[in-house]
Amino acid sequence: MARIESEIGVPKGGFMKWIDDRFPLTETMQYHITQYYASKNFNWWYLFGVLAMVVLMIQLFTGIFLTMNYKPSADEAFASVEYIMRDVEWGWLIRYMHSTGASFFFIVVYLHMFRAMLYGSYKKPRELIWIIGMMIFFALFAEAFSGYLLPWGQMSYWGAQVIISLFGAIPAIGETLVEYIRGDYSISDITLNRFFALHVILIPIALIALVFVHIVALHHVGSNNPDGVEIKDHKGPDGIPLDGVAFHPYHTTKDLVGIIVFLMLFCAVVFFAPDMGGYFLEHANFEAANTMATPEHIAPVWYFTPFYAILRAVPDKLWGAILMASAVLLPLFLPWLDRSRVRSIRYRGWIYRLALTLFVISFATLGWLGMQPVDSIYVIMSRIFSVVYFGFFLLMPYYTAIDKTKPVPDRVVYHG
Amino acid sequence: MDKATRIAVALAALLAGSDVFSATSIELESAENDVGDVSSLQRGARNFMNYCSGCHSAKYVRFNSMADDLQLSEDQLIENLMFNAERTFETIQANMAADDAARWFGQPPPDMSLMARARTTDYTFNFLKGFYLDPDSPTGVDNRVLPGTSMPHVLWELQGFQTGVFTEDANGTSVFGHFETRTSGSMSPGEFDSFVRDTVNFLEYISEPIASTRRAMGVWVLIFLAFFWVIASLLKKEIWKDVS
Repeated sequence: MARIESEIGVPKGGFMKWIDDRFPLTETMQYHITQYYASKNFNWWYLFGVLAMVVLMIQLFTGIFLTMNYKPSADEAFASVEYIMRDVEWGWLIRYMHSTGASFFFIVVYLHMFRAMLYGSYKKPRELIWIIGMMIFFALFAEAFSGYLLPWGQMSYWGAQVIISLFGAIPAIGETLVEYIRGDYSISDITLNRFFALHVILIPIALIALVFVHIVALHHVGSNNPDGVEIKDHKGPDGIPLDGVAFHPYHTTKDLVGIIVFLMLFCAVVFFAPDMGGYFLEHANFEAANTMATPEHIAPVWYFTPFYAILRAVPDKLWGAILMASAVLLPLFLPWLDRSRVRSIRYRGWIYRLALTLFVISFATLGWLGMQPVDSIYVIMSRIFSVVYFGFFLLMPYYTAIDKTKPVPDRVVYHG
Repeated sequence: MDKATRIAVALAALLAGSDVFSATSIELESAENDVGDVSSLQRGARNFMNYCSGCHSAKYVRFNSMADDLQLSEDQLIENLMFNAERTFETIQANMAADDAARWFGQPPPDMSLMARARTTDYTFNFLKGFYLDPDSPTGVDNRVLPGTSMPHVLWELQGFQTGVFTEDANGTSVFGHFETRTSGSMSPGEFDSFVRDTVNFLEYISEPIASTRRAMGVWVLIFLAFFWVIASLLKKEIWKDVS
């Protein structure tokens, strides 16, 4: 195999040498890009990491331009969004990219996390990558929730009202805590201002820092692959993994193809269905927040609904909130809940395959249930699927230990 | 239905992606409008300014950008549509003061800029066609899709008056059956339908003036990306040809 990559970025004196004597530029480029080796048998599931990075960039850049025209005040917020949509040159495109980006961020991140579950990417020695990833996921939740209040529509207002009031279920300190979060006795201009501050400063900084650490940890241990074997166990005489190819130019050119396909889907939504039939932009949010009129049906945006369904499955507010928080936190423990000897689903037995299928069905169904109006039948269904959701995690130490595994090959499977 | 059946029905609905238990499912007739039809939008703008803008504002809509999109000259705009505005960059304001309106109708008539987006175009279409005589209501009429509305039947001269025929379902809730004409207006039912269709078409347009442009632009964006995809695929193939 030709090693194009080893010829790239070798300091030859002059300007690069001047820089390298003062900053490890060439070294860093080699470590992270031109001499970072990842398995050559990545399939399309391995695109979602880089796609998450692409969406993050889209959100950061469109967010900066939105901030230039948006007014974080209860009197002006809704009108300023319409001003962006109608009077600001290309404002509609920036706004739709940002609102579509929010939903696509979750699509991409959910699939990225599912990839880790398919191929056991969270297992030793990648536990920290998984935990940092989960922290990114929590930050993303906070970012999406604070951002959703900003357009100051009916759903922004009442959705925030419902979710923030959950903290009131905490015994003793609950009500004080809720006031502290809102900064007022109800959601108000003050809440909007602080959510704006969190949405455009604190959480984005946390997200960028966490993504950086996520990648540093990944490049330290190396990427997993669909076979779940360590490519570092088989190195050539040059010390390069035999089944690895350099991130650049191999994975970059491969990722570029995937990024374009992703952008086609993204642009199809932005240009042809920015509301996505009320799933990405809810109809009720085209009415300005009205503190006197509660919408007849309050539902969070689709990416929160699986957890919202779990909350509503429990009649008691406090226990509902506790269960919802546990549902969000449980995946953190996956590296220790999973006792299987193999990483990849390719070499696992039928029990894990069945469990993962049931998990996906329950997560999707809970997502649908979370959008429905309250009805006894939906509550029963939410309970059934909540049990499946929790069962997947809590029973994992047992079923993964007894699941029959197949022999794992020494090297990755690759068919040119 | 017993519980097991209801679960089965709910699961079937889930697979079909529909919503059988929705509490507020009112059957809506499709408006069958077309925001790409500029002459329909022009008629809709005329209808809106003549029949709606007395009470309803469209405060995010600027006259000049509307005229551009509707292919109207500045003279046409000023002569036919700008009744209470001085300059073309102003937005559409109601003739009636909001305070007065609130005193007369109980609440100020809502702004129309985003109505079609918040409630859907079909909803506004059925709303405008849905007034029927109700002697108990202060305005003499009620509305099929928004019971208890404080809006009077503004278009009665055109549509005439109709009565609603309701039946009771198994639970004793009254369900709308059909309308019967009491007095006819100056328009035939077909003419009135097109009048309302043009009007809601205009409402859909003002709810998102960029919609037609963005769809037209989207085609070119996707063509560009498809072209870019071919180049990127060839590049990937070239780079990867030595990987075995």
